[in-house]
Amino acid sequence: MSVAVAKPGEVKHNYLNAGDTVRSWLLTTDHKRIAVLYLVSVTLFFAVGGLLALLIRLELLTPQGDLMTSETYNRVFTMHGVVMIFLFLIPAIPAVLGNFLVPLMIGARDLAFPRLNLASWYVYMAGGLIATWAMVNGGVDTGWTFYPPYSSSYSTSQVTLTIVGAFLVGFSSIFTGINFIVTIHKMRAPGLTWFRLPLFIWAHYATSVIIVLGTPVVAITLLLVAVERVFRLGIFDPALGGDPILFQHLFWFYSHPAVYIMILPAMGVISEVIACFSRKRVFGYHFVAFSSVAIAVVGFLVWGHHMFTTGQSVYAGMVFSLLSFLVAVPSAVKVFNWTATMYKGTIEFRAPMLYVMGFLGLFVIGGLTGLFLASLATDIHLQDTYFVVAHFHYIMVGGTIFGYLAGLHFWWPKMTGRMYPEGIAKLAALIIFAGFNLTFFPQFVLGYLGMPRRYHWYPEEWQMLHVMSSAGAALLGIGYILPIFYLLWSLRNGAIAGPNPWGATGLEWKTDSPPITHNFEETPIVTEEPYAYENHHQHEEVASGTGASTAEA
Amino acid sequence: MVQEQAPQKLSIQFEDLHQQNESYIVGMWTFLVTEIMFFGGLFTTYLVYRVANQETFWEAHRHLSVPLGFFNTCVLLTSSLTMALTVHYAQRGLRKQQLLWLLATMALACTFLVVKGFEYHHKFVEGLIPGPNFRFEPVEHLRVAQLFFSLYFAMTGLHALHVIIGVLVMAILAVLTAIKHPSVQDFIPIELAGLYWHFVDIVWIFLFPLLYLIPR
Repeated sequence: MSVAVAKPGEVKHNYLNAGDTVRSWLLTTDHKRIAVLYLVSVTLFFAVGGLLALLIRLELLTPQGDLMTSETYNRVFTMHGVVMIFLFLIPAIPAVLGNFLVPLMIGARDLAFPRLNLASWYVYMAGGLIATWAMVNGGVDTGWTFYPPYSSSYSTSQVTLTIVGAFLVGFSSIFTGINFIVTIHKMRAPGLTWFRLPLFIWAHYATSVIIVLGTPVVAITLLLVAVERVFRLGIFDPALGGDPILFQHLFWFYSHPAVYIMILPAMGVISEVIACFSRKRVFGYHFVAFSSVAIAVVGFLVWGHHMFTTGQSVYAGMVFSLLSFLVAVPSAVKVFNWTATMYKGTIEFRAPMLYVMGFLGLFVIGGLTGLFLASLATDIHLQDTYFVVAHFHYIMVGGTIFGYLAGLHFWWPKMTGRMYPEGIAKLAALIIFAGFNLTFFPQFVLGYLGMPRRYHWYPEEWQMLHVMSSAGAALLGIGYILPIFYLLWSLRNGAIAGPNPWGATGLEWKTDSPPITHNFEETPIVTEEPYAYENHHQHEEVASGTGASTAEA
Repeated sequence: MVQEQAPQKLSIQFEDLHQQNESYIVGMWTFLVTEIMFFGGLFTTYLVYRVANQETFWEAHRHLSVPLGFFNTCVLLTSSLTMALTVHYAQRGLRKQQLLWLLATMALACTFLVVKGFEYHHKFVEGLIPGPNFRFEPVEHLRVAQLFFSLYFAMTGLHALHVIIGVLVMAILAVLTAIKHPSVQDFIPIELAGLYWHFVDIVWIFLFPLLYLIPR
């Protein structure tokens, strides 16, 4: 490759030092800088959501509601859900890693609409700040699902403001989705055919399609709730002639696919990391690519499994149940293909790979418990219990955060030009994995025993399980704080990474770390399949050389 | 006819003008898909409630003025024609005709809004605005009639909002064309505005029969 590692003391021209005024950051149209803006804001909102989670677990340490009143507890868990889902889980991987990597991976100079990309960050911040303002200004007590008629006619909390915030954040992700779709369709480098695309790109393409088709529906639905609340225009309130069940249909039509908005990008990360650290082609590339699309399609047909107990017809329930089982097929295709990729691979257990192993474990547990909930009969028992809470935390939170952290570590050298310290990163991965399971596994048991969600007091015999869960949450908190410190530390003190520290394939590794403002000195031409690791043995010595110096750093 | 090719400026992220133009148009179509889904939520809501309450919806829809709705349909369809002419002249770089037809489209869009204003005014006078002062005969249909008018105002209101945004976009483009701003030397902004405007028309083409005609 023509790119060279910078000598000590020499500062190479790159996107980070292309301008250091605040203005040059806030008015940037460079997708990489926008990714950094997102990284900072997403991390801040994650911290807010995490603190709220710790408050919830602190309250649940004892059977009595002794830390806060029922009203306060309702507001805390609602804001935890709103902040985590709309402001962290949905944007995390697409807006940070996707923004940074999509143009790099397809050999483009930028996304198709750089100014729209910047606008999406501003809209996201506006939505996030409005939601945060609503929280400071009294909070919301409806749960993140905003079910009417409670949310539209009876709740006395800041429902309207929060809905405006969620609406804006939705538009931010629509902007990102449109940008990705156009960029992937129209701006691939010469020779980069659809079946030479990295699986990360396939995952983001499928995600963008879900965003474009789903987000507007939840936007209009939430808008109708706000309109019903402000103008008394009756749409969902039975007292005004409406039907609250219709709200649930429209809401879950988006909000179930939203789960795949969170997990599909994580799956894209997993494919990249597994191929790199197993030094093998991804087994069944086409199947993994199409399974992303299949999840996107089938994901739109299963919303009714959130509504088994609402009084929709039994036949509708049966169909939704069947379709929900169907999602397991493409998901299992992915898991089996990842496992087969590792089989007989030269596996290196670097920190990103540890997160990937964690992801696989959590995803399998989360997926299998999903079958309990997709079955009509068992769902009647488990509906609205901690079993559901544990299940969706395993899938959404476990999936997204493990994918996000794997990706963040994997591409950190590319984003910053520095290696993170390997030893402490591995430790953090182990702490997060242990903390996560300790937090959420007891909740499966609690749910099975009948602990309902959204309650802040419970019979004394369940205290042991709640204490375990709260202890896990504390451990998880420590695990999340660690990367913030050592990644910031590595910005100044990390070993110089070089263009391709992992010896990975993919266009993003063929330019400097950090990349120059328009990514490539000249447009790359693609001549081979993705993940052609058998052609890249010469890189391995380079990679292990860098790795050794990193471990000591 | 002067076959003058409209000059265009290439943005840094694109390889050539062909790629740039295609990207902009694909982007606009993708945005319109999100808009279709946006209105789709409302159409679904309307259809569900209409199937459940056919009789009252029939009673309620008779308070809508078909002549005014029909007039507005004609106005919007004509505006689609004038918009197509605007795009036609923009592609050939004929600024004067482009500005003329753009202003005609704006005038038609404003006519639509004025007529809509009169219709809303009639509803207000008749007490058909949902809320505490809603009046409807017979009284036993009050709740569902209120639902009908809630949907009527939500759907036509959102559509009117799109018309207003369209007028604003056209006003900006008209000013830029009049002062010969370099960004409208390029025909793509006009073409994108045209796509948006046709979308607004198509939504009305569905709204008019659904709200005014089908229950007949």
